[in-house]
Amino acid sequence: MQNNWPQRKPLIFIDKYLFFSLVLLSCVGLIILYSASNQNTSLILRQIVRLLIGFIIMLSIAQMNLQKIISWIPWIYLIGVILLALVLIIGDSSKGAQRWLNLGLFRFQPSELMKITLPLMLAWYIGNKPLPPTYTRLLLAIIMIVIPVVLIFKEPDLGTSLLIASSGVFVILLAGMNWRLIASFVAVIVAFIPILWFYIMHEYQQNRVLTFLNPESDPLGAGYHIIQSKIAIGSGGLYGKGWLKGTQSQLQFLPERTTDFIFAVYSEEFGLMGILFLLMIYFFILTKGLYVALHAQDSFSRLLVGSLILTFFVYIFVNISMVTGLLPVVGLPLPLISYGGTSIVTLMAGFGLIMSVHTHRRFLSY
Amino acid sequence: MPIQPKKKNSRRRRYKKYNSAIRRRWILVIFLIVIIILFWRAIDLQINSSHFLQSQGQKRHIGIEKIIVHRGMLMDRNGEPLAISTPIQSVWVNPKQFVENKSQWGKLAGLLDIELVALEKLLINRMQREFVYVKRHISPFIAAEVKELKLSGVFLQREYRRYYPTKEMSAHLLGFTNIDDQGQEGLELGLNNFLTGISGVRQVIKNKYGKVIAYVKNISLPRPGQDIRLSIDRRLQYWTYQELKTAVLRAKATAGSAIILDIKTGEVLAMTNQPDYNPNNRRELKSDHYRNRVITDVFEPGSTIKPFTIIAALTSGKYIPTSRIDTRPGILKLGKHIIRDSRNYGVIDLATVIRKSSNVGASKIALSLSAEQLWNNLTKFGFGKISGSGFPGEVAGSLMNFQQWNKARQGTIGYGYGINMTILQLARAYAAIGNQGILPPISFFPTEAVQGQQIIRKEIAAQTMQMLEAVVTNGTGTLAQVKGFRVAGKTGTVRKYITGKYVGENHLALFVGIVPASAPRLVMVVLIDSPHRGSYYGGKIAAPVFSKVMTNVLRVLNISPDDY
Repeated sequence: MQNNWPQRKPLIFIDKYLFFSLVLLSCVGLIILYSASNQNTSLILRQIVRLLIGFIIMLSIAQMNLQKIISWIPWIYLIGVILLALVLIIGDSSKGAQRWLNLGLFRFQPSELMKITLPLMLAWYIGNKPLPPTYTRLLLAIIMIVIPVVLIFKEPDLGTSLLIASSGVFVILLAGMNWRLIASFVAVIVAFIPILWFYIMHEYQQNRVLTFLNPESDPLGAGYHIIQSKIAIGSGGLYGKGWLKGTQSQLQFLPERTTDFIFAVYSEEFGLMGILFLLMIYFFILTKGLYVALHAQDSFSRLLVGSLILTFFVYIFVNISMVTGLLPVVGLPLPLISYGGTSIVTLMAGFGLIMSVHTHRRFLSY
Repeated sequence: MPIQPKKKNSRRRRYKKYNSAIRRRWILVIFLIVIIILFWRAIDLQINSSHFLQSQGQKRHIGIEKIIVHRGMLMDRNGEPLAISTPIQSVWVNPKQFVENKSQWGKLAGLLDIELVALEKLLINRMQREFVYVKRHISPFIAAEVKELKLSGVFLQREYRRYYPTKEMSAHLLGFTNIDDQGQEGLELGLNNFLTGISGVRQVIKNKYGKVIAYVKNISLPRPGQDIRLSIDRRLQYWTYQELKTAVLRAKATAGSAIILDIKTGEVLAMTNQPDYNPNNRRELKSDHYRNRVITDVFEPGSTIKPFTIIAALTSGKYIPTSRIDTRPGILKLGKHIIRDSRNYGVIDLATVIRKSSNVGASKIALSLSAEQLWNNLTKFGFGKISGSGFPGEVAGSLMNFQQWNKARQGTIGYGYGINMTILQLARAYAAIGNQGILPPISFFPTEAVQGQQIIRKEIAAQTMQMLEAVVTNGTGTLAQVKGFRVAGKTGTVRKYITGKYVGENHLALFVGIVPASAPRLVMVVLIDSPHRGSYYGGKIAAPVFSKVMTNVLRVLNISPDDY
């Protein structure tokens, strides 16, 4: 792997555009979180600590040359799967779900680790051979996806398992699956929906979908979240009511203000202009990620970055759609804005990988 | 090896088919489309539906709240407080919110001194409501502790509670209010419309739990209740109360009443009853304790009516004060009724009929007049009619129309049986005698000049006053004398008429006095109901009450003594 081309050896491997847009996003997040939490400073401090940890992890990962750790990837994946299995056996449970491993000093959620591990594993497995993959390798890749997804689904954690499944599917899609294959795959899923509805879904899950289709049918019960959220967003108007002045959120009418529904608080206080600003930051990060993928020097990096950036995109899309009533309520946070621990660290780790890919390019291709 | 190149070739073909750049461009387009969809959705909510959604939002947080105002104060004629409203806290909960921390229910129940079971029962049945009073009017200390608990869903509300500084002393007169600050009895009831303020309404911002966060604006301004000055004099009220209570207790009487009127203006200066109650703590109140007997109870006036019989006689022109009546032999048979004097007074003049309180004499005079003359005279003095004081529950008493009278009734009415009235009516009628024949209107409020109606001639009033003065100087009412003042008065001892018959042991002891007789200012009636110890004569137990009260009253009212 030696080459004689001059290499730029920076002091620190960092992509400053990505870094500063993430910092900007975090600041916007803290500002609106301060309002959404009714000026709870201790909550803000906790979030700041998490963000700092996230940034440190991101920068640390960015310093690593992924080519040097590439041989560890299968082992990391294996450990991840074992931890997921352990969760089901000896995990801590809270709120009816068993998602945590107690490591004495702190609690740890292996499914978060898998959010990073699975794209790494699939990108390595599919990317180290010429693309597109053979059908055998495709089948093996699908098995690699299904194992952790099923384990997480069993916890149960539907949202995360779907997210991880999609991150895996993105790798396969980016690897160059036949369009016809993709089309038939989609057709199978569509055909599966009635079976899902009548034979697999529980009544409460069916209710959730029905509520989504017509929230006014139960305004105080299941439809409450979505109605309040729409009211809050609509109350914002073009310019919003101003910071700390959103009535629906400040007066606690809006549920889950600091976590899943923080977008509604943001919309009420900053209005359509604020939304435009936020979406522009997100769009910038997404295109930047896509650019990194485009300029990656090997299939592994390309697939990895592509999958991570698409997962980030799914977060944004699902959360905002849910809050605005375009999708049923599934518990996914708004990345880097919502209050919440582990997902921030995982997301930042993902951005660390993207930065690492970008900054460790060799300039062979130029 | 022909196979190998073929294999390589096939791979190359597949590789060519895969163009990652195109796919990534597709992804970029998808990003863009999705971002646009999300932004379009935001426009849809924030521009297209924003009016509807904003009004929906306002419905949720803009509320209306009552501004509670305090009830007007009742004061005596010198501005001393008789009934005042003090702020007090009440505890209410929002059950929907309170149910979230059910473990805390015990704490609240313990603090408010109610059974946990009772609290649960109260709230479980009202789970759908947003406002349930748990306990009203709690002490400020407990309110502070409730606040300290910081339970979500538990709130304090400011209310007003009525407090009566004069306690038992004016209980019957003032009455009381219920927990919602509405008058229930007495002047609190009669003046409720004036005392009750108009609570204002203001727009407020409430949070999800109904807690008021901020005030937006006043929709209507509050108007506090009117403060009202009464004609009552707290000092007079005090002495009247003290002396009446002492007399009632000493005589082991079942009840007693007293009233003082200003003769010229008809203002009620004092009004009190026994048995009494503490209006600040009515927990063990029996209903017969809160009747204002002065105004709501009627009685037969007995001998105290005799001056009016005399006035009727003088007015008729058939009699002059020195006209003589033959009361021999001290007994008069009138149909079934037998009228007796305590002894045979012989032939006596009108003044002596009053002074000695001769039943036979009074009956004979009554019978010698026409029924109409007698009835007219009594009606003029306000008997059988509401006095117009406006006090709630005032009764008119009964005076049968003369056309329905027979001889026996005419004779008995002459000395005070077969007619009934309230103490207020009796006091007012005597006030007319003292007021040179002008009947004053009754007022509970301070009044200045009053236009009363001249109901009898001045001279007749003066002549009657002389006769009444003789009762106190040298007749049945000597115990009513007040040192330094001339007193006119009349005693009465009435056999009590209970459910259809006169019961021997139950009497009403009465005294009506006017002071000073030289230039009358005050009239006072004292009634002691069913004395069971010692004497039961009005002259013996009611008259001394008058004397003791007036000794103090005349001094503080700065009324100059008569030259004796």
